[in-house]
Amino acid sequence: MDSALLGELAKVFAKLSLMAVGGINPLLPEMHRLVVENYGWMSDTQFTTLFAITQGAPGPNVLVVAAIGWQVAGMAGALVSLGAICLPSALLAGVVATLRDRVANARWARILQFGLVPVTVGLVAASSLLLARGAAHTAASANTAYGLTIAAVLFTIRFNPHPLWLLAAGALAGWAGVL
Amino acid sequence: MKVTPPNIGQLFLGFLQIGVTGFGGVLPIARRALVERRHWLSEEEFTQDLAVAQLLPGPNIVNLSITIGLRFGGIAGAIASFSAILGPPLVILLALLELYGSHADVPQIAATLNGIAAVAAGLVAAMAWRMARPLMQGGSMERIANLSVVALSILGITVLRWHLLPVLVIGGGLGVFLASRYRG
Repeated sequence: MDSALLGELAKVFAKLSLMAVGGINPLLPEMHRLVVENYGWMSDTQFTTLFAITQGAPGPNVLVVAAIGWQVAGMAGALVSLGAICLPSALLAGVVATLRDRVANARWARILQFGLVPVTVGLVAASSLLLARGAAHTAASANTAYGLTIAAVLFTIRFNPHPLWLLAAGALAGWAGVL
Repeated sequence: MKVTPPNIGQLFLGFLQIGVTGFGGVLPIARRALVERRHWLSEEEFTQDLAVAQLLPGPNIVNLSITIGLRFGGIAGAIASFSAILGPPLVILLALLELYGSHADVPQIAATLNGIAAVAAGLVAAMAWRMARPLMQGGSMERIANLSVVALSILGITVLRWHLLPVLVIGGGLGVFLASRYRG
């Protein structure tokens, strides 16, 4: 196993750990920039596919990082990447855990929490644009892929079904050669 | 409502169940399991723990597992909750990835995954929409200002291709300024 590569993975994801404001989905564009464009570890299609597999599997969203690590350096890459993105923030969470009562009701905490919503929404929206473009580039018909994405947005907002139903419908459409 | 503190084994099983049954983000499932089914936390406590977990950097559910594990079982509790929320789903994912790895060049598999990817992109967009709901409250000046920060963040990442850190600093800074002005 290439330990230099594992070291690079650890460095990339440890740095992102403390920038993961609002969870993992806001990080996707930055991860894409690093692993696809900067390091050239995978293609745009592979990145999008790994995200798709993660969404079809159970577990926290952060597992997409394990999938990226797996693509770059196999099982060891998955473990190193997941550890690197989780540990710095987990240690911080452990330290702060005891302060809940002082933090949760504080005025500054409410302001900070609300104040971070706009940038988080923007980053998650940018993530969805990136993923939609990735899926459309890979599809034979980009318009059909975009149509499927938009249908999923509207369906979710309007009917709020379990995400697995929609993912299964997407799988079926792909399998049947609709895209 | 009566709150029953879990031991370390129960922490492990509880977070294991949350991890392997949650799809597309596990936070809604976590609330149901921790508050309604297992009564480890009151609704109020869960909301406060979640607020702190969301304020901290890192995956929210991982932060939550650490916070709750630590409270009920010390460091051993935190390690039990952390490994239970991530370990079993990781094993499932790695098995799927190995399966995918040996079939990645089959056109129909690629097409199926691409269909999933197109839908997954839509689920993320819907999440952004839902997260934006609190921004729709308040006066029209506040709404316009907040939505401008959303637009700036999207533009910064996609068109201007800024790195994440400057977007966080500028977008977060503007957002906190607006929040202190309108919500303080």
